[in-house]
Amino acid sequence: MPAFAINAERDLLVTEQLGAAFGDRILKSEQQGDMLCFTVRKDSIHEVLAFLKDKLDLTFLTTLCGMHYADRDTLGLVIHLHSMRNGHRIRLKTETPLKDPVFPTFTDLWPASNWMEREAFDFFGLRFTGHPDLRRILNMEDFPAFPLRKDYPLEDPTREDKDDSYFGR
Amino acid sequence: MSEQPKTPSKAEERKRPVDLVRPDYWQHDMVQAHDTRELNTLNLGPTHPATHGIFQNVLTMDGEFIQSAEQTIGYIHRAFEKLAERRPFYQITTLTDRMNYCSSPINNMGWHMTVEKLCGIELPKRVDYMRVIMMELARISDHIICNSVIGVDTGALTGFTYIFQWREKIYDIFEEVCGARLTTNMGRIGGFDRNFTELAWERIRAFVKEFPAALKEFEALLMRNRIFMDRTINCGPFPAERALAYGFTGPNLRACGVDYDVRVANPYSSYQDFDFIIPVGQNGDTYDRFMVRDQEMWESLSIIRQALEKLDKMPDKKTFQAAVPAWVLPPKEEVYNQMEALIWHFKIVMGESDVPVGEVYHCVEGGNGELGFYLVSDGGRTPARLHFRRPCYIYYQAYPEMIKGTMLSDAILTMSSMNVIAGELDA
Repeated sequence: MPAFAINAERDLLVTEQLGAAFGDRILKSEQQGDMLCFTVRKDSIHEVLAFLKDKLDLTFLTTLCGMHYADRDTLGLVIHLHSMRNGHRIRLKTETPLKDPVFPTFTDLWPASNWMEREAFDFFGLRFTGHPDLRRILNMEDFPAFPLRKDYPLEDPTREDKDDSYFGR
Repeated sequence: MSEQPKTPSKAEERKRPVDLVRPDYWQHDMVQAHDTRELNTLNLGPTHPATHGIFQNVLTMDGEFIQSAEQTIGYIHRAFEKLAERRPFYQITTLTDRMNYCSSPINNMGWHMTVEKLCGIELPKRVDYMRVIMMELARISDHIICNSVIGVDTGALTGFTYIFQWREKIYDIFEEVCGARLTTNMGRIGGFDRNFTELAWERIRAFVKEFPAALKEFEALLMRNRIFMDRTINCGPFPAERALAYGFTGPNLRACGVDYDVRVANPYSSYQDFDFIIPVGQNGDTYDRFMVRDQEMWESLSIIRQALEKLDKMPDKKTFQAAVPAWVLPPKEEVYNQMEALIWHFKIVMGESDVPVGEVYHCVEGGNGELGFYLVSDGGRTPARLHFRRPCYIYYQAYPEMIKGTMLSDAILTMSSMNVIAGELDA
């Protein structure tokens, strides 16, 4: 089975240091397969990322992508950080209500975050305050919706000639 | 009268920052009197023969020097992430083909491994090694394209015309293994759909034997060529700190001197069994990127050779997939003659294979860097969410910073040496 080697020592260190520095602002920490995942309160996400980058050597931003949790009506961010020196990866999650889709920008920490945030805005309608150039990136500028949200239909919902119900969709 | 400021030289002019945001900048008398710049806007793309793909860059030029660039991407965006939410897991392989279409097998197998990680499927060593051979052949074909196109953009078409025959030979191998050449859809979740034929092994062995001479010939044309070196050294250099901040991975990061390679950092598909080095550059300029890719081709060849040796030593010549009946189709003779096998066949084709609830991130070393798959499964027949970490998309945003202050012709060369693939960029 392909899997990343678990770096238990670093995992423990990160858990302890985050717990000490942020306390109950880290809502949850769980082991998801080969990766440790922290759920962070929305108002602390920028602070937590800056802390991880500066103090715990998780200096490389691997991904930042949007999420839509239709069951609880929230939008989320999933961030993967990587410490190349220690061979250590972690995952961070944060959520915001659908009515208030605003996060702080992370472009001050990583310039790489620029287009990742634009992509999250383009597909999920997440706003990043302080982003230098928050425009749509892959879809056309006047696209009327945020297509990766779960309520956006992939096919024309008015079609009657096609019944997908047998296929569990 | 106060002293006159001296007229800046052309070189100083170019260093002066452009400030187009403040409109009053131009009304300032002192500026107007001494500004000898001739700013104009140049539309590079969307379809420009020298960009090898659909990229638009609106350049603000001072003479022939680039002051700033504004990128527009998304011309071939196909919403793979949304499409993936409606497809059974095995059908997503064909979407990954169309990302980096210069090295499709790597994308295919990266995706297979992601699902295998989610479902906890262990592969036999023989299948791992067969995958390694295919992935390294794909890497060679990817690097052949990039390096020979650097040659074309510097005006040396000859190398391109000769080395491209070898890319065709790699595609012949792909064709024999899976039936397709470019968008391969190679392998299945749990291994391959069939064993490699004798002809496929023959072609692989012939390639490993004959390609070194061709690569040496290609190197002789460019590597120590005075014109090529003058043209590429110090063209589009990028420091390692900026490259890391911009999320560079793959040959472009290694050219800056950072020895990060997913195959070594997080070995997958038994890469830990192979002995190879990670070539690194120093300045991160076009020449370094060329050299890193060139050396990687030699390393890939050595990996393929080692894999062939290991496979020769194995008594088992038949295994080509893991024993996971939930994912691998039963043999055709059984499907046509037995009811159970037929039912099982349909169950898989209709996407009824059970997957656990969970989240995985898996990455492989693609032709351009860390190709990652973030897969969220809610136990349904399709992913709840699938995000592709496309290396091109992440490092292409550094392009304006890389080409600022350089000439237009260098910008073209920088782009081709970064190997930006439109399919991967736009997903």
